Amino acid sequence: MSKSTERIIKYYKEDSPKETRLWPGKYLLFLEDITAVFDGFKALDIPALGIEHNELRVVIGPNGAGKTTMCDVISGKTKPTTGGVYYDGDDITQLSETNIAQMGIRRKFQTPTVFGSLTTYENMELALPGHEAMWGNLKRKESSEESERIIKLLERVHLLEKIHTEARFLSHGQRQWLAISTLILAGPKLLLVDEPAAGLTDMETELTADLLSGLKGEHTLIVIEHDMSFVRQLSSRVTVLNEGQIMDEGMLEDVQKNKDVIEAYLGR
Amino acid sequence: MFDTPKLTINLAQKKADSRRRMLITIIFGFGLFGIPLLYFTGMVGIEKINMLGRYMCYAIMAVGLDLLWGYTGILSLCQALFFSLGGYAMGMYLAHHGGPEGIIDANNWKLPACFYVVYPYKVGELPGDALVPWFWKPFYWMPVTLMLGLIIPGLVAYLIGWFGFRSRVRGVYFAILTQAITVAFWLVFCMNNMKLCGTNGLTRCNSMLGFEIANENFKFVMYLVTLFALAGVYVLARSIINSRLGRILLAIRDDENTLRFLGYVTYKYKLFIYVIAGMIAGLGGMLYAPQMGIFTPANMEADKSILVVIWVAVGGRGTITGAILGALGVNLLYNFFTSEKDFILFRWQPEYWQFVLGLLFVSVVLFIPGGMVDLGKKYKDLIKSIMPGR
Repeated sequence: MSKSTERIIKYYKEDSPKETRLWPGKYLLFLEDITAVFDGFKALDIPALGIEHNELRVVIGPNGAGKTTMCDVISGKTKPTTGGVYYDGDDITQLSETNIAQMGIRRKFQTPTVFGSLTTYENMELALPGHEAMWGNLKRKESSEESERIIKLLERVHLLEKIHTEARFLSHGQRQWLAISTLILAGPKLLLVDEPAAGLTDMETELTADLLSGLKGEHTLIVIEHDMSFVRQLSSRVTVLNEGQIMDEGMLEDVQKNKDVIEAYLGR
Repeated sequence: MFDTPKLTINLAQKKADSRRRMLITIIFGFGLFGIPLLYFTGMVGIEKINMLGRYMCYAIMAVGLDLLWGYTGILSLCQALFFSLGGYAMGMYLAHHGGPEGIIDANNWKLPACFYVVYPYKVGELPGDALVPWFWKPFYWMPVTLMLGLIIPGLVAYLIGWFGFRSRVRGVYFAILTQAITVAFWLVFCMNNMKLCGTNGLTRCNSMLGFEIANENFKFVMYLVTLFALAGVYVLARSIINSRLGRILLAIRDDENTLRFLGYVTYKYKLFIYVIAGMIAGLGGMLYAPQMGIFTPANMEADKSILVVIWVAVGGRGTITGAILGALGVNLLYNFFTSEKDFILFRWQPEYWQFVLGLLFVSVVLFIPGGMVDLGKKYKDLIKSIMPGR
């Protein structure tokens, strides 16, 4: 175990809910002793990791470093083999993805998942929070205030022209933005954004970074990204994952000086 | 740029919608005015009217399957089971009130005439221990029958859905599961000691609410009742689809997993639409029994449910109109091709129908994947490709 890893573990362990038996109010999300093992392969091994309230955290790492697996574990798609996920004082390790989503954790998948046979507007409409109960949906229509919000958001991501186009006719970039817009519209406490800039042009990437930075301070975000220039634009704390373990953490400039990180990822 | 984005509507979609609305208006208009006119002028016999009435019962069942398969992506192979549960409910009512008079059991209940095949007694030689089974008794009264004819299929659908959808059984696996359940039910209904009259089914039905069901006027009224029921089911299906709930159903078809991450409990929605479809099929069965005059377990054989899938596929899935069109169209073809016809060189046999059906299904899948509702558009496209100027 490298020195930087030890330093990070020590940093978080002081606050860990298990050690102190208290929820550290500083954090919104805390992962503790998380391991995820698939067929004997340890995909994830995080002794401790905390995300503070209203923090924007970027997770980087080479392919297969366990970034998406970490998202899966937080959002309830995969259950960790050991350890616990704590969210605002609650243990959410064993909850279903639906319950976790209802508690205010929403995620965007690596490939932008939108509903192909629904229009852009209808896709947004489904993401509105507080509309999950079944019987209400037989009659409910969104309020004018809500539809105004949808239109404003779509304007921002240049999707207004496509408002009544079925999502399967959208281009990749437009799908990415639609997926991100639905996420923003839901306004959850914690957003897990998996590769928001994948397959986007430079200009599109810039707007995406802008959108996510705009959420800073009001929402807590975990952004997984490959694109270094995109990460630079976000200018926030970075966690480096490698082979399922936390390698380093800090501002991008500091992290980039770490020899292990360079060797594992940046230098190649 | 766009001051009123709400006004920009997908034109192709709107065109297709209005075409389908026109089609369904024509179908219902013809059913309501055309057919009675032909009947009263004597151009169409009551047998044909009665036949159309029965086919509309099938159309009602097909609408339910379209809600499930076309809109929610659930392929269910037990719609004919729900249909039969409704049919049996009504059939039991008819059996209570039909048959020879005067055979009373020890509890003063008249024994339905179709029971004579199950109870090995001659007519009039009824001993004290041959009783009307308890589960037959509620079906003596029409309102109770109507309620149970909807509740029982709904309940069975609820149970199948509860176990299937909660444990996330999907796609082909769900289809196989439902087919297995259908076969199991069929075997149970065929057993003589279940006191459901075995493979003979519910026979000797001859009166309903005091009317003779063989009566010509009764048959015509039943035709109209079925037509209105079909229209009602159509409106119900449309209102579900046009609501927010309908869009959630589409989202389930597209990507159920993602919807879960939006916080929707998807199995509840699937359960809801499954129960609705089951009850719709039950309604179809209830209307079918008095028009057929007999209800047997043959109505819930495994292939009957697959036929429903074929009707919806041929008509056009995910359109409701297509389900109605497919059910009526395929059955009318069935009626046409299962009569013997003499040609110069060979004789058309009813068994050849299977080839026609297979050919129809394959060619629709190959050439008009949108189903019969897209025929008009296909035809226009063809004209356009031949004569680009038009």
